[in-house]
Amino acid sequence: MLKDYAVFSLKNLRNRGLRSWLTMIGIFIGIAAVVSLIGLGEGLRLAIMSQFGFLGPDVLSVQASGLAFAGPPGSAVSNPLSDDLVPKIEKVNGVESSFARYLESSTIEFNDKQKIVIVISVPEGETRKIFETMVNLKVEDGRLLKNGDSRKVVIGNDFKQDDEFGKSVKVGDRILVKDITFEVVGILEKKGSFVFDNNVFMNEGSMIDILGTEKEKVDVIAVKVKDQSRIAEIKSNMEELLRKERNVEKGEEDFQVQSPQQTLEALNSTLFAVQLFVYIIAAISLAVGGIGIMNTMYTSVLERTKEIGIMKSIGAKNSAIFTIFFIESGFLGMVGGIIGLIIGMSLAYGVSALGRIFLGSDLIQASIPLWLIFLALSISFLLGSMFGVLPAYRASKLNPVDSLRAAK
Amino acid sequence: MKKSVIRLENVWKTYRMGHVEVNALQGLNLDIQEGEFVAIMGPSGSGKSTAVNMIGCLDVPTKGKIFLDSHDISKLGESELAQIRGRKIGFIFQQFNLVATLTAIENVMLPMIFQGIPEDARMKKAGELLNLVGLGDRMNHKPSELSGGQQQRVAIARSLANDPDVILADEPTGNLDSKTGANVLDFLEKLHHEENKTIIMVTHDQNLAKVAEHIEFLKDGKIIKSTRS
Repeated sequence: MLKDYAVFSLKNLRNRGLRSWLTMIGIFIGIAAVVSLIGLGEGLRLAIMSQFGFLGPDVLSVQASGLAFAGPPGSAVSNPLSDDLVPKIEKVNGVESSFARYLESSTIEFNDKQKIVIVISVPEGETRKIFETMVNLKVEDGRLLKNGDSRKVVIGNDFKQDDEFGKSVKVGDRILVKDITFEVVGILEKKGSFVFDNNVFMNEGSMIDILGTEKEKVDVIAVKVKDQSRIAEIKSNMEELLRKERNVEKGEEDFQVQSPQQTLEALNSTLFAVQLFVYIIAAISLAVGGIGIMNTMYTSVLERTKEIGIMKSIGAKNSAIFTIFFIESGFLGMVGGIIGLIIGMSLAYGVSALGRIFLGSDLIQASIPLWLIFLALSISFLLGSMFGVLPAYRASKLNPVDSLRAAK
Repeated sequence: MKKSVIRLENVWKTYRMGHVEVNALQGLNLDIQEGEFVAIMGPSGSGKSTAVNMIGCLDVPTKGKIFLDSHDISKLGESELAQIRGRKIGFIFQQFNLVATLTAIENVMLPMIFQGIPEDARMKKAGELLNLVGLGDRMNHKPSELSGGQQQRVAIARSLANDPDVILADEPTGNLDSKTGANVLDFLEKLHHEENKTIIMVTHDQNLAKVAEHIEFLKDGKIIKSTRS
């Protein structure tokens, strides 16, 4: 019987086509906003997690402040870090080792197709091992870089896929980095982080000598501490040294010393605040949408008073009338929700695709978890039915004699 | 002796209009027997419509008793009344009262939905009924695409959907021209003779009432004259 009522309800909605659509707009704007913004936020959070999450709690990083929007960290600042800071930082009490890291945005070419990636330096000498352990660098095919490897690179796991260059890159293949030929000696294990999976690793020497990266301008200085329980103290010692070296007052620092864990927490709480804001806006918009449904349903009860009388006279119980109206408003909510979900998902994936195309950055990612889909659908159905309860109840309670007398 | 289908015993219906109480029915007594063709006549304001609402279980009396198949229904709740209406009574209205958004066949199926009859059975029955009223070729037309006479025939088909004992027709020809009206009347007579349905027809037209074998005259909420042929 429920199925028959549902069919009947659907027919009614179709009959009031334009009004049904207008009512649903209220819901789908809300749902689309929630889905797209939460999806992008979730994607951003995952991207950041994967970027920083692999670094241990005993690592600090130093950057000149003022990040460029999409370029590699530290690469677009007015006063970059200079390489002579590296040995000075290493002498700070509690620091085990420190090394310079260079990041260079660069085109690579393979199979006649180009792509923009970040070329990441691998330090040479004794610090190589520390770097490799620090970021847990392992190859799936081939080998890691060795001291003295010139014109050789190790690449991220993504390039093994056909879709990057239309053809998978293998160990021994040659790729062009800034139009210079390099040999691929190793392919990294899949890490789930675009820092590794989608980039190119090169010996520091090759970057400076062959790509022309400026040795004096360091993008990031990575620091490993001896005792992670003293990390806060070591951090402030480093900051003091850097202030002196860079000649700035406390409070006016043009650099940042960060621990990845702290960064992650800070970002997470910022993201949470942003998401909370989105939730509140979405809740308001959904409430407005819900009231729209209620309004439409009340109008519909008024318009169909006579029809309700007819149905009652031919044997419809109150519960039947209630069900018909209740399903109608539930439908309005749910169809609005489904459309909202589709629009929201397309928006989120669209924005992340645009980000990839125009900014070459994977940081703008969309991630629509299953719970979000379920949440969006159930909220929209609940909303529709919740705001439909009162009109449906009113319809069901109409007196058959009076309703039959109502003018059509 | 025939069994009584619907019996009204000293039925009062009082409406409140502002501070004034209006007695639409004032101790109405009525006994309708199985298989009868009854006409209820009376001038406007005589309480005809209220009487129809009582007989049709659309409303309950302020005072008095209504027996349907010798069960007192005057104290039943809305949903129970609806159930009884759906099974026992088929309505035919002056205004046809079809659901405008549904096709002819869907309108005929509607009462069966409320009785929980499966779809296949509904389709079959509705098709048969529309054929019976001569609208087999108009099944998928909406009421707005049908003439008045055709709409009333759909309404007749609908009234028969749950195979009720009683057909309650409230001025069934009031909105039709005399020729179409005569057709509808013929059809009611046919139902009466061939299907042995109890037909209760409300009318103010003397000529129509002639086909009935039992006529009740209503005035001021009471029966003032009753004839049986």
